[in-house]
Amino acid sequence: MFKKTLLSAVVALGLGGNAFAAGDAGHIEDIAFSFEGVFGKYDQHQVQRGLQVYTEVCSACHGLNLVAYRNLSDEGGVTLPVDQVKAYAAQFETFDPELDDYRPAIPSDYFGSSNDENAPDLSLMAKARAGFHGPYGSGINQLFRGMGGPEYIVAILNGYTGEEKEQAGTILYENTAFPGGWISMAPPLFDEAVEFEPAHDNDVHHLSEDVATFLMWAAEPKLMDRKKAGLVAVIFLTFMAVMLYLTNKKLWAKAKRKD
Amino acid sequence: MGGIPHDHYEPKSGFEKWLHKRLPIVGLAYDTLMIPTPKNLNWMWIWGIVLAFTLVLQIITGIVLAMHYTPNVNMAFQSVEHIMRDVNYGWLLRYLHMNGASLFFIAVYLHIFRGLYYGSYKAPREVTWIIGMLIYLAMMATGFLGYVLPWGQMSFWGATVITGLFGAVPGVGESIQAWLLGGPAVDNATLNRFFSLHYLLPFVIVALVALHIWAFHTTGNSNPSGVEVRRGSKAEAEKDTLPFWPYFVIKDLYALVVVLIVFAAVVGFMPNYLGHPDNYKMADPLVTPAHIVPEWYYLPFYAILRAFTAEVWVVQFASLITGGIVDAKFFGVVAMFGSIFVMALVPWLDTSRVRSGRYRPAFRFFFWLLAFDFMFLMWLGAMPAEEPYASLALLGSAYWFGYFLVILPLLGLFERPQATPETIEADFDSHYPPKSAE
Ligand code: HEC
Ligand code: HEM
Repeated sequence: MFKKTLLSAVVALGLGGNAFAAGDAGHIEDIAFSFEGVFGKYDQHQVQRGLQVYTEVCSACHGLNLVAYRNLSDEGGVTLPVDQVKAYAAQFETFDPELDDYRPAIPSDYFGSSNDENAPDLSLMAKARAGFHGPYGSGINQLFRGMGGPEYIVAILNGYTGEEKEQAGTILYENTAFPGGWISMAPPLFDEAVEFEPAHDNDVHHLSEDVATFLMWAAEPKLMDRKKAGLVAVIFLTFMAVMLYLTNKKLWAKAKRKD
Repeated sequence: MGGIPHDHYEPKSGFEKWLHKRLPIVGLAYDTLMIPTPKNLNWMWIWGIVLAFTLVLQIITGIVLAMHYTPNVNMAFQSVEHIMRDVNYGWLLRYLHMNGASLFFIAVYLHIFRGLYYGSYKAPREVTWIIGMLIYLAMMATGFLGYVLPWGQMSFWGATVITGLFGAVPGVGESIQAWLLGGPAVDNATLNRFFSLHYLLPFVIVALVALHIWAFHTTGNSNPSGVEVRRGSKAEAEKDTLPFWPYFVIKDLYALVVVLIVFAAVVGFMPNYLGHPDNYKMADPLVTPAHIVPEWYYLPFYAILRAFTAEVWVVQFASLITGGIVDAKFFGVVAMFGSIFVMALVPWLDTSRVRSGRYRPAFRFFFWLLAFDFMFLMWLGAMPAEEPYASLALLGSAYWFGYFLVILPLLGLFERPQATPETIEADFDSHYPPKSAE
């Protein structure tokens, strides 16, 4: 009888995933990212390409306040060698309050805030949006597709229809993924906007998947550790459960006249 | 500890006797662990252990998180991200604590509905039930206070909405609200006192749990048949019960581990599923989120809160007879707290002499409708406050109150319960028949 209750609890879980996030977002495609699922891992090359897209395009306006250059050498992500991280950081200037002046950045410095004050910080963007909400606002489909943050980023970057309008002095661009339909970010990507070395597909769709992967890493740098720990825990607990099941069965056998 | 007759602790060695005369703590532990427990308890009697485990888990992870957390409006959000990114296994601590709260509430709802189904709340277990309700209220408060600490958008706006409820109290409301917040709006003073209280309340819960356990160890556990353990003699009691150790300890541990498999999978593979994406944006008093949604475990009561709008006739009536003192907002607040209050009163609202729902076919229908209503309200609580959801929420709320205030009192008078087993032993034997001597 209480199996029904358990079933309800499972549905409750589903209802809990209420990513009833801002507004009525437009259509968002599910994408099979490499980091999804139980065995998901960041594709290191893809995260590195994404870093390049971010650096060459998005960083003109958007910051990454919570990410430090040193994080680029962390395991399970971009994972660049330390000397490359030093070289990467040195391209940028950072304000040093002690010198009261700008100096070249070092690995312990942070990427810093957005240059365009209207552009939101991207550090947590991949977790601060949900792409999937249904069915009927229950959020149950997130169980199968994930929260949809990276998918949302891809959808934004691919959702421009080409329509523009001016409103109170700002130009708005029609975008099928953005809640409300009009976004103030000009289409940042175009085909071949970034050249990879070695060469790799660089149409808008590929570029946006790469940068979405990078942003997922920026938002969840410990994802690979977490999935590994989760898998170990599930296996270990399953083993414990079997042992306890057998112990319990033996223990009760006499009382239940099953010995 | 009174209750069912059983063997008590006998101090043996000289030291044990010496200690026992001065502090009978070993005896207390022994009696607690060896308590005679109805042998027919089913798998719905495991949620107590899950709750106890989760409480300890929350306290341990919480204390370590508090070592790295900074309760200041300019640093709280960053300090949580510092925990996620820089503290060793900080991401694990935080995700355990975050999802631990959900586990806690899933377990408590199953535990409460178990009690509602099997009539565990009935005499002589009313005090256990009331303490359980106090635990539940303290859990709700703790969960709410904790959700404010990461200082995300939902933290901030949730706190604004919920403390606003107190502002709805006629006359003194605004003073109460300002007193709770430590100022006119949710700000640094609010964050500091919420942190302090979020640290305090779990220890209040620990004390309440001790009382809860003391209470039901005094009356003995209830059980699926609803028939009491025979207490005429120790031999008689032993036919109905088995000692808690090892029988129920092992059974409960097995169940706990199975629950933890699911928990580990959630923490490992989808730790943000039960959260809200908006809480990964730092609190901004100038930007109101499109929908302010509380965490899932408050949703049924949030639906009841919002169901009573100014268009509802009971609200208009209440407003009329009180000369406008009771407005829709205050009515909603009263309804929300009232919905928990009527549940606390259930030992006196249920008039049936039969304890367990297993032998009450008519009751069972209404019970499952209540369980459905709860899920329905949970869904509605997450929907925007517009039609058709508003009317449906009113319907759901009406059934919630109707179940406790009308159906349960009347059902006991009119329904025809089935025959209950004579003894727990008989119930157990009907599941596990004694081997016939051949
Ligand atoms: C020319 C400056 C500029 C560039 C370059 C730029 N953005 Fe934006 N971006 C903005 C602005 C401004 C907004 C705020 C839009 C709004 O809220 O209407 C924004 C918003 C966003 C959003 C949030 C949409 C939402 O749901 O609020 C995302 C995601 C985003 N940008 C991703 C990117 C990525 C990825 C790149 C690089 C490929 C990029 N942007 C390049 C200016 C820029
Ligand atoms: C922190 C929260 C709680 C903890 C740790 C806890 C713990 C326990 C434990 C260990 C038991 C033993 C029986 C079992 O395992 O099911 C129990 C029994 C009981 N609990 Fe709770 N409980 C909590 C909250 C509640 C709440 C919110 C209610 C609802 C009012 C409740 C009502 C009851 C009742 C009526 C019993 C005794 C009835 C029986 O054994 O059938 N408890 N509790």
